[in-house]
Amino acid sequence: MGFATNLLNIICYVPLLGALVIIFLLRKEQTAAIKTVATVVAGLDFVLSLPLWFVYDPAGPAFQFSYVHDWIPAVGATYHVGVDGISVLLILLTTLLGFIAVYSSFTAINHRQKEYYVFLLLLQTGMLGVFISLDFVLFYVFWEAMLVPMYFLIGIWGGPRKLYAAIKFFLYTLFGSVLMLVGILTLYFYNSTGLQAIGLPGLGHAPTFDVTELFKIATQIPPHVQFWVFLAFFVGFAIKVPMFPFHTWLPDAHVEAPTAGSVILAGVLLKMGTYGFIRFSLPLLPDATRKAVPWVVALAIIGIVYGALVAMAQKDMKKLVAYSSVSHLGFVMLGMFALNPQGLTGSVLQMINHGLSTGGLFLLVGIVYERRHTRMISEYGGLAKVMPVYAMLFMVITMASIGLPTLNGFIGEFTILVGAFNRSTTWAVIAATSLVLGAGYMLWLYQRVFFGEITHDENKTLKDVNLREQWTLIPLIVLCFWIGIYPKPFFRILEPSIRRVVEVVDPGYMNHPELHLPAAAPAAHAQEE
Amino acid sequence: MRPDLIALLPELVLAALAMVVLLAGLASGRARHGLLAGGALVSLAVTALALWYAAAATDPAARLFSGMFALDRFAVYFKALFLLSSALVILLSVDYLKRNDYRPGEYLALIMFATVGMMTMASGVNLAAIYVGLELMALSTYILAGYFRREVKSHEAATKYFVLGAFSSGVLLYGLSLIYGTTGTLDLGALTRALAAGKPATATVVGMALLACGFLFKVAAVPFHVWTPDVYEGAPTPITAFMSVGPKAAGFAMFLRVFLGGLAPLSASWIWLVGAAAVLTMIWGNVAALTQDNVKRMLAYSSIAHAGYALVGLVAGGAAGVNSVLFYMLVYTVTNLGAFGFVIMLESRGYAGETVTDYAGLARRHPGAAFGMLLFMLSLGGIPPTAGFMGKLYLFAAAVEAGYVWLVVVAVVMSAVSLYYYLRIVLQMYLRDGEGVEPAELVAAPWTERVIWACGAAVLVIGIVPAPFLAAARATAGVLGLS
Repeated sequence: MGFATNLLNIICYVPLLGALVIIFLLRKEQTAAIKTVATVVAGLDFVLSLPLWFVYDPAGPAFQFSYVHDWIPAVGATYHVGVDGISVLLILLTTLLGFIAVYSSFTAINHRQKEYYVFLLLLQTGMLGVFISLDFVLFYVFWEAMLVPMYFLIGIWGGPRKLYAAIKFFLYTLFGSVLMLVGILTLYFYNSTGLQAIGLPGLGHAPTFDVTELFKIATQIPPHVQFWVFLAFFVGFAIKVPMFPFHTWLPDAHVEAPTAGSVILAGVLLKMGTYGFIRFSLPLLPDATRKAVPWVVALAIIGIVYGALVAMAQKDMKKLVAYSSVSHLGFVMLGMFALNPQGLTGSVLQMINHGLSTGGLFLLVGIVYERRHTRMISEYGGLAKVMPVYAMLFMVITMASIGLPTLNGFIGEFTILVGAFNRSTTWAVIAATSLVLGAGYMLWLYQRVFFGEITHDENKTLKDVNLREQWTLIPLIVLCFWIGIYPKPFFRILEPSIRRVVEVVDPGYMNHPELHLPAAAPAAHAQEE
Repeated sequence: MRPDLIALLPELVLAALAMVVLLAGLASGRARHGLLAGGALVSLAVTALALWYAAAATDPAARLFSGMFALDRFAVYFKALFLLSSALVILLSVDYLKRNDYRPGEYLALIMFATVGMMTMASGVNLAAIYVGLELMALSTYILAGYFRREVKSHEAATKYFVLGAFSSGVLLYGLSLIYGTTGTLDLGALTRALAAGKPATATVVGMALLACGFLFKVAAVPFHVWTPDVYEGAPTPITAFMSVGPKAAGFAMFLRVFLGGLAPLSASWIWLVGAAAVLTMIWGNVAALTQDNVKRMLAYSSIAHAGYALVGLVAGGAAGVNSVLFYMLVYTVTNLGAFGFVIMLESRGYAGETVTDYAGLARRHPGAAFGMLLFMLSLGGIPPTAGFMGKLYLFAAAVEAGYVWLVVVAVVMSAVSLYYYLRIVLQMYLRDGEGVEPAELVAAPWTERVIWACGAAVLVIGIVPAPFLAAARATAGVLGLS
């Protein structure tokens, strides 16, 4: 009992504890010890998060492993954490990528190592906090606090334009989230005393920031209130995702960040935006969500096509991967705003897939960058001859990213397309067509980097990936195959949580006689064929 | 003792002890800084005890000295805050006075007299009493601004502050006389009744507007802010720190009491005035701060911007608005004093460590102090988990509740803008290695450093566990006649 109720706290604060140990017990010259502590802490955190996967009961209550404690009683903010199927997967992704990020940094980071691992671990706590918070104030605290370590990671250990990229990242995302705060406050007062001066009476409930309490009033919020709150949330989340046209911070941040920073940025941080939509916007503001569908989907589709086209034109590998994220996240948003179980499930699964494959791509780019100190595609060519293992690993991740069957990307994209098709044939056709573009830029990248003659003499002596580098990638590849071949456990864990969202956001859908599924038979069955 | 005198005990004790410190200072000349500062701190502690005793022995609802003076929860909260900020300022000043070889006696006594003035302002329930407190505070601060007479900039600052301050006091007094002339009373309670009785005379509204102008000057709000950057830059840094927290908080104490208490029936007229001032203050304070290379000027504009946020709470009104301003003043006090403490530590080698580039590479050289400064910058910018975030959250929540969503939108957007200039300092400290420039060395200032540590800890504690501090601010609800 004690372990189960405190598990989320333990997972969230173990990295913080590790950071404190490094700050206070280790001197900055003890780099080996610092690396060991950071790796052990991050690894331990991943191990600690595994029980979530096994113990979380999809048939059980909506939020499990809950822990509630008084925090600011005066305003009704509580320390309330808990997870559903969606957050379980995202937490596992975070702890895994967090460990990989630490483990992959051993040789890449050579100065100010102590601070580096401290910030990496603090970032980990911030991100995990976002995914476990069920109280708006708590959520917001983690959401913004997390910006600070990321700012330092980009700003201290980044590339040539790191200062610009760091401040741009910080201000852009901050701008979005402060408006979100206004939305949160509006919801909060609508639930309690109301906004009397502008003629908006409240519902008279006890003031609370508890999200699970606010879920209960979702259908009672009048449309015009929902509209404004949705807009405020949208700015905050869409910048984080990032959706076209709010994506301009992303290429700068991704390109300038150190490898581990890019892995975390792409793998986890972007998911916070999509997580925000599925956790807050959809179930809290169903009416506004339905009305926003055409607009959001339009932006998502523009993002898919635009991201792919821009990626194709890139000369810098990291920038190419960065723009491919815009495209992939467009897919995630498309699936989500199909507002049906297939679309939403695919959307969440694609969040995980994108974290695995894009995280992997950034790691791979980081590996050659460490050897050659350039990311220009034209500087490479023919690498398959000198780095065969590297070429093989790169191939698998590329295929995962493109969406080759038997790999994870296929399952995610296919499920999203099924969902989109259910809503509109047009969307599905446009989105499916653009998959070709995705295959285009990735395969073209692969061809230019790995095939042909070795055109640069420096490349002739490149060392293939060492054991440590392999081990940063192997877990990702294993997971890519797992999701690609046997996704059922993932669907199973997601299904009830997704169904709860759909029941609120599109009640008509669940009542449709043909689609009415008994609770015990997950809708996911249909998608596994 | 008479209840009147018991309620006034803290002020009496502090004034008497200030005179003792003044006389002791005459005797000791330029020596014994530590002893005198210790004496001043003990005096503040004794005053705090007296305050505790007086608050327990006095009926909060009582109007003492023929309705001039009250010791309600509102007054007690502010008085405790003033004592805290003055104590921190004295701690910040000790090393500075010693290093620059100035006489500590008068300096410390003036800070204590200013504190007596501020305490009177917080307790005044009659416009005349408030004005007397205000002048005591202002006169002491004028002298303090020019106290370090070997620094030329300081003269300019003191003269500007004195001329403009005296002018604004005049405007304020003119407003008072108009209100007195049309309503026949300076008592806040009587004023409320008189104003609620019927449509106010035009002269009353003009008087109210003039009063607002005077108050806006005292809290350094746009368009009455122009003195602030010059005075903050020129004044000795510990005094800048003092002016940015104590007198500002006192200004808000009287602003809240007069406008939400006495002039509440006129709120339809003043709410737009103050609301417009809040918007202008937030926008101009933050935008102007963006381009400042001088850290003290930057902090001056930042303090203007923060006055703007606090005015949002005043506009919101109601119990929530008052509480949020009170809480914000506490948050702002610990954060800003910490930040100025760091500036004081940099002030070595004559150039006063004022430009942003002087901060380059400090994180490596002085990790502890730099981390404190990081916390203060994040707190001023309102980033969790620092006190600044909780302060803003509570402030903006009050305004949203009152329906001023547009005001809050301006406020949050401007606080996002503010991060740009706060992060400029962080950037210099952490992101630049100090290449090319000789990195500045912090002077050894043990007491200043301790203040930084204490303020840093307070910023984190209030940011993570705000409940007890909020409760203290909320206990004042109702004293202004608000539900």
